[in-house]
Amino acid sequence: MPLSSDRVSIDGMPEAAAAPLVEPRPPRKLYRSSDGRWLGGVARGLAGHLGLPVIWVRLVFVGLFMADGLGALLYAAFWFFVPLGVGGVGGQRPPSLVSTETSPDGRRRLVARKPDKGQIVALLLMVVVAMVFVGNVKVGGGAKAYLWPTVLVGAGVALVWRQADNARRARWVEVGSRRRTLTLLRAAGGVLLVTAGVSGIFVLQGSAAHLGSVLQAALAVLVGITLLAGPYLVRMTQDLSEERLMRIRAQERAEVAAHVHDSVLHTLTLIQRNAENANEVRRLARAQERDLRTWLYKPEGTGKDEADEPTDLADAVRRNAAEVEDKHGVPIEVVIVGDCPLDERIGAQMQAAREAMVNAAKYGGEGGAVQVYAEVEGKTVFVSVRDRGPGFDLDSIPADRMGVRESIIGRMERHGGTARLRAVPDGGTEVELEMERAEKT
Amino acid sequence: MSDPTEANAESVEPTAGGGAGERHVRVVLVDDHRMFRTGVQAEIGRTDETGVEVVGEAADVDQAVTVITATRPEVVLLDVHLPGGGGVEVLRRCAALMADAEQPVRFLALSVSDAAEDVIGVIRGGARGYVTKTITGTDLVNSIFRVQEGDAVFSPRLAGFVLDAFASTDAPPVDEDLDRLTQREREVLRLIARGYAYKEIAKQLFISVKTVESHVSAVLRKLQLSNRHELTRWATARRLV
Repeated sequence: MPLSSDRVSIDGMPEAAAAPLVEPRPPRKLYRSSDGRWLGGVARGLAGHLGLPVIWVRLVFVGLFMADGLGALLYAAFWFFVPLGVGGVGGQRPPSLVSTETSPDGRRRLVARKPDKGQIVALLLMVVVAMVFVGNVKVGGGAKAYLWPTVLVGAGVALVWRQADNARRARWVEVGSRRRTLTLLRAAGGVLLVTAGVSGIFVLQGSAAHLGSVLQAALAVLVGITLLAGPYLVRMTQDLSEERLMRIRAQERAEVAAHVHDSVLHTLTLIQRNAENANEVRRLARAQERDLRTWLYKPEGTGKDEADEPTDLADAVRRNAAEVEDKHGVPIEVVIVGDCPLDERIGAQMQAAREAMVNAAKYGGEGGAVQVYAEVEGKTVFVSVRDRGPGFDLDSIPADRMGVRESIIGRMERHGGTARLRAVPDGGTEVELEMERAEKT
Repeated sequence: MSDPTEANAESVEPTAGGGAGERHVRVVLVDDHRMFRTGVQAEIGRTDETGVEVVGEAADVDQAVTVITATRPEVVLLDVHLPGGGGVEVLRRCAALMADAEQPVRFLALSVSDAAEDVIGVIRGGARGYVTKTITGTDLVNSIFRVQEGDAVFSPRLAGFVLDAFASTDAPPVDEDLDRLTQREREVLRLIARGYAYKEIAKQLFISVKTVESHVSAVLRKLQLSNRHELTRWATARRLV
């Protein structure tokens, strides 16, 4: 991923944090910030775009608000026209530079949070401050009367717009539709507020007598528009969702194609080139099979981070087996029952197990697959490695050969575990490793 | 001698009634890959050598049911992933044939998939065993005979799954008989998972091969009859490699 890599290099420079503007971002677009926003995320988005602290931008907006509410108008305009995106100022975590357009798959790690209390408090605070401010300012007597209805309308609009934002976010994060009633309630609330505000204005204008007929007329117009535009709208949304579906499909297909190309085709080419070398062919096929299985059957997101250190037993055992298999060309069958996180002791056991696998592959590999079995039962972790080779006698191994004595038995005993080697009746050797997990569960 | 399952199946030969030359089994192959069917046919289908006679083939669920009903084989090699509902669907529609007291049709699942839900799914559907397609010809033949006799065929991995599924809960069992493995059954399964052949298990635990077989069959019965919902949930929640 080129993006992340140059990001890292920039972060490595000491002065980078002080000069975010220097970052060689490709064409920058203005987005509203969806993280840590108070109202619509406009200020955060602008701040991120301009490279200024958020508080400055917010102050500017408040200042402009004094100027006959220009700030509010501007804010509303930004809110309406600027799309919501991931970005804005780098808060507690580095902002992901990728915009929504470049990666529209909903899989980005956008944490779905509940609307936190801070936002609601900020909203209320803003409303109160605005009221106090407007209440104190001497506006022309006529205009002042319209204040309350206007505030109502504004609140209604804000409610609905924010909801639209949330809906879009929810689509990214793929939150289910279980909060549908809540959204409906919010929409209804917004409509109610706006209606009340507008009615209020009418009443204040003194046309209260005509209010009923005006509302009726408005309703009639609305119904008419719905009748006219409804079918188009419905078709449009259908087309849109269909298109989205197609896009998702195309993307999935591209992903599969990429994977097949990167791994399977590659391996097939290698196999053709090494056709004379049976061992190499077997090793390649085996590695590819393992890779494909991981890709197919692992749950989403866990299969791809090959580079990470394993953190639990099952991963560690599988990883070790895969590496030994690759190196020595002997198939290793792994069966794991239960799982637990790795600690220092289990880590040592894993190293011993790996050593046992290497031994089995080296000296017992001709007899067939090496069988690895790992089981977690309560606090005890048991690993057995079994081969079907000719077997060997522990006492006959020269003392200077580190392999078994030191790196398996010694290592296990140093960490408070036990290791046993024994010959299986019908040929082959089995190494049994047993270890208690550290106190913490 | 290249795979543990072979050794597992090996011990059946003496009990197969008569010498190896006399045993005979009629088999139907169900798999949607023609290449694979041809391969298996070539490997096990030499009747005078292996004793296996392939009496029919099928590529999807409907065909399979028709062929199985028409030929009444003793053992069906059943692929897990099939067009038309998969192996589980075949098992469901052949339930009557499986239950036949005179001459039951028995199923051995054969698949590339090692996913827990697939394995547990077909076993609970009524298959008497599960082997992966990487199995060698001799192993497969021996497994077929084992299934023909009504025994269960557990690969090390299947044994691991079962241990995991039955161990993964502390909830009190609904049916004490079906929802728990006995200590002995656990020991046997554990040894299978470690790659021991039945004969080796018998030696290790100082019991007879027949006793090992009956333990495995008991586990299979529990696996099929226990209605502990954890089993299914476990299998779907844990898509093991």
